[in-house]
Amino acid sequence: MLLSAKPSFAPVGGFNFENVRRNAMLEEQMSGQGFKAPKARKTGTTIAGIIFKDGVILGADTRATDDMVVADKNCMKIHHIAPNIYCCGAGVAADADVITQMMSSQLQLHALSTGRAARVVTVTRLLKQMLFRYQGRIGASLIVGGYDVTGPHLYSIYPHGSFDKLPYVTMGSGSASAMAVFEDRFKPNMELEEAQRLVQDAITAGIFCDLGSGSNVDLCVISKGSVDILRPFDQPGKRGCKHGQYRYKKGTTAVLTKTVTPIAVELVEETVQRMDTE
Amino acid sequence: MLSAATYGENGKMKEYHYSGPVEHRFSPYTFNGGTVLAVAGEDFAIVASDTRLSEGYSIHSRDSPKCYKLTDRTVIGCSGFHGDCLTLTKIIDARLKMYKHSNNKTMTSGAIAAMLSTILYSRRFFPYYVYNIIGGLDEEGRGAVYSFDPVGSYQRDTYKAGGSASAMLQPLLDNQIGFKNMENVEHLPLSQEKAVQLVKDVFISAAERDVYTGDALRICIVTKDGIKEETVPLRKD
Repeated sequence: MLLSAKPSFAPVGGFNFENVRRNAMLEEQMSGQGFKAPKARKTGTTIAGIIFKDGVILGADTRATDDMVVADKNCMKIHHIAPNIYCCGAGVAADADVITQMMSSQLQLHALSTGRAARVVTVTRLLKQMLFRYQGRIGASLIVGGYDVTGPHLYSIYPHGSFDKLPYVTMGSGSASAMAVFEDRFKPNMELEEAQRLVQDAITAGIFCDLGSGSNVDLCVISKGSVDILRPFDQPGKRGCKHGQYRYKKGTTAVLTKTVTPIAVELVEETVQRMDTE
Repeated sequence: MLSAATYGENGKMKEYHYSGPVEHRFSPYTFNGGTVLAVAGEDFAIVASDTRLSEGYSIHSRDSPKCYKLTDRTVIGCSGFHGDCLTLTKIIDARLKMYKHSNNKTMTSGAIAAMLSTILYSRRFFPYYVYNIIGGLDEEGRGAVYSFDPVGSYQRDTYKAGGSASAMLQPLLDNQIGFKNMENVEHLPLSQEKAVQLVKDVFISAAERDVYTGDALRICIVTKDGIKEETVPLRKD
């Protein structure tokens, strides 16, 4: 057993604030020389959700941006929380990913300990309590939707911990464009086809009118007893067709130096295992 | 994210209290996006720009090209702050007319470049927030590209990209036109067809990754027969 000078402690869960003071001082010093602290990657997103006749539809675009450069052209913004509950995340990409994973595992434990199926209101309460505890430092704006024993539910949760329970919600930088479409055409108790088209149009509006959103439309249809993840549901932003050939022949990259180090291998043991190839 | 402003000199958190009214300075500039590209060939020059005008996360216009025709043999591409782009092109047009009336000849590309440099430097302490690239034919009929910075420093190049996606385009042009970082490749002179094709492909790639570039591409091809314009659609998202 390896004995170390310092006794090692088991890692404590949650957030580690050791670097906060150091980062603050570095930022102050470096700003004088023109350096900027690295920014967290945001999803700059359009996400939306509606309640229709048979359940809930969640929609999202698929662009992740690093300031104003596209970092990921096809990222997944609809996260699984429970088999009947899904969550769209906007804001800081890492925050949305990790917090939904944390809630998913907490919810599973909760369902096992109560012996009941998970409810949407439970996830919402857990999420808002955690977000409020961190006073908005976790930059995740979420839309939680699902179909539980009490019926279909849709909640939107803001980074500081407030939430709204509504029949249709939008979040992210493209939320204004998407909400414009919803406010025009939303009706209660829509059929599946019409509802899907409405969410698709709302996300498409965000994709074209907002610079932070783009690429494809993903949909998630949650109804009683079934979940349909349609990824991609639509691809309004198509890549242009290039006419030139940009492949390089072998030998185009210059080899400056080449060193060959033979590794001496000694045969110690030999085992033969026959494979049945019939 | 926690910022340095919450911590004082010795690393302790500052007391949170209302410190009085904070003055917010009005900024006379804004960034309207857009990318411009110019390539000089043996007997032609190409100036291309996307046509998207944006501000923040919104789009003002999908059809606002950034190439402006100055003379029959010179085109300028301006990107940056749209207000300054418009004013600067108006000033250049006026100066071209003045030159024509007093010297009885059209300004050459080199002369326009030199004049633009002085115009930009005259505003050294409140600059025009514009990234300029001039493309045209010189006195001998060969292609010429002049690239500028916001305060007037300029040089003649073979190819140059400016604007929001310039950092993405310039290395690709260095490789394809300048044959940099390649060995055992024939240095063929750039033909007009290949240059136009390259410009289109390069903008398609820029539109994929830069949010400010997209909608459409306007290409102006300058030859001794005049200026031809071509428009190609790009991604709209």
